[in-house]
Amino acid sequence: MNAHHIVKDMEAQTKPLVRAAGVNKVFGAEPGGVVALKDIDLEIRPGEFVCLLGPSGCGKSTLLNAIAGFSLPTSGTLEVSGKPVTAPGPDRGMVFQEYALFPWMTVEANIAFGLDIRGTGSEEKARIVDDLLDMLGLKEFRHRFPKDLSGGMRQRVAIARVLALDPPIMLMDEPFGALDALTRRSLQDELLRIWRSVGKTIVFVTHSIEEAVYLGSRVVILTYRPGTIKRDVAIDLPYPRDSNSPEFNAIKKDLASLVHAEHDRFALDERKGLTLD
Amino acid sequence: MTRTLFRNLAVPVVILVLWQLLSQSGFIKPVILPSPLAILERLWTYLLPAQSLGESAGVSDWIWSSELLSDLVASMRRVLLGFAVGAGLALPIGLLMGTDRRFEAYLNPVVQFLRPIPPIAYIPLAILWFGLGDPPAIFLISIGAFFPVLINTITGVRNVDSIYVRAATNLGADRMTMFRRVILPAATPYVLTGMRIGIGTAFIVVIVAEMIAVNSGLGYRILEAREYMWSDKVIAGMIAIGLLGLAIDVGVNRVNNHLLRWHRGIES
Repeated sequence: MNAHHIVKDMEAQTKPLVRAAGVNKVFGAEPGGVVALKDIDLEIRPGEFVCLLGPSGCGKSTLLNAIAGFSLPTSGTLEVSGKPVTAPGPDRGMVFQEYALFPWMTVEANIAFGLDIRGTGSEEKARIVDDLLDMLGLKEFRHRFPKDLSGGMRQRVAIARVLALDPPIMLMDEPFGALDALTRRSLQDELLRIWRSVGKTIVFVTHSIEEAVYLGSRVVILTYRPGTIKRDVAIDLPYPRDSNSPEFNAIKKDLASLVHAEHDRFALDERKGLTLD
Repeated sequence: MTRTLFRNLAVPVVILVLWQLLSQSGFIKPVILPSPLAILERLWTYLLPAQSLGESAGVSDWIWSSELLSDLVASMRRVLLGFAVGAGLALPIGLLMGTDRRFEAYLNPVVQFLRPIPPIAYIPLAILWFGLGDPPAIFLISIGAFFPVLINTITGVRNVDSIYVRAATNLGADRMTMFRRVILPAATPYVLTGMRIGIGTAFIVVIVAEMIAVNSGLGYRILEAREYMWSDKVIAGMIAIGLLGLAIDVGVNRVNNHLLRWHRGIES
């Protein structure tokens, strides 16, 4: 039985872990403010790997930050595990594109940071940290500082730091966007391995169609300003996926036409100087 | 390598030789400008014990008997005490001013008003308040160290990248953890720069303070030497001050580099 079937089974019997209903987010004073999210309805079930896909300015990071609790919705209902989101918390571990490792702490101390706060006993802490160093191939780097690591290694540490707290949900904001193609693929494979072995729910923001189809059990495409859900598709290809297969490329092509239409609208605004970023 | 060494030494050597010749020719009176050799000799006797030490004498006997070494120790002690008081007050106040807008609103006008007043300008007040001796000297030095540390700490806290705060909040950090394990270490590069400037200012102020309020230390010694018209001792004292200043800066830099070994761009 592959992971995909497990996901299907869980969907049938469990409540959504993340539930967004009529979520709006407006930046700046209303009216006249920029509507980043409009009427978002989305349910994410335990074990899903959801990729939020879209061009710059489509609100995919805004939605992720709302789930993380960094920037709450202007209106609408947003719940995680049945409770409304009011603040950031360790039950929603966030992995940032810029790694956001604490540069003054060693690899080991970075991974243990959340456990220190939680007050985990030193023996258990050492065990968790050792397991994670092992799982992510970081053993030799445990006493290094982040500045001595490559981008790929840094992102591994950031993933380990979040996994240390064993959160039900992992939120990832274009985590592999700054990496070269080869490192990127090996981290994608590693992430899939971790997802399938520890059974996390992952919400993953990307603007790469290829990445979304390679990783996601489900891809949610957002429209450019205001950010609404344009298409919500389950990707039925078995893992590990072959990015050269005709099936893979057919899905990619299908999604590409949707994303490119949004990108064209973004590019038009960009020429008019209307984009935020 | 040897070429660089030659270039580095050429100008000082030429200056010293010309200076020595000029003094030997009798063209300039030794009181106005003593010869380099006379200064070196004076520096040597200044360093040696004032009276001959017994067989059993150790290093500490030598330090207390050598005028130069006891002056060095006296000046150093004042710098460290004054710096400890000034930086010790500036660090917590700076951390609070950097993180808490309300706290900053209360204190900023006072800080901005007092900051441009040079520590030297406090001398008359320091003597009125504390009399003579160490207390006014420590007071002046601590003022000299206070503001650089304060201003840099505030800037350091303000410049903490918000991504660290977001990451720490996400991992469950409360206010105290955020302060101690994120904001303070993230601000360390700035704080240490402030401390380096602060200890430099403290060193300037100690020399001035010793010329006014006390009767020991390097500052006192060169002023005393002038009263006897011992210009060779004045310059020997200046050299000692220069060497001590250099040693302090090198030492502080070492400590900084160790504390900032995690940092990307370490200054040399």
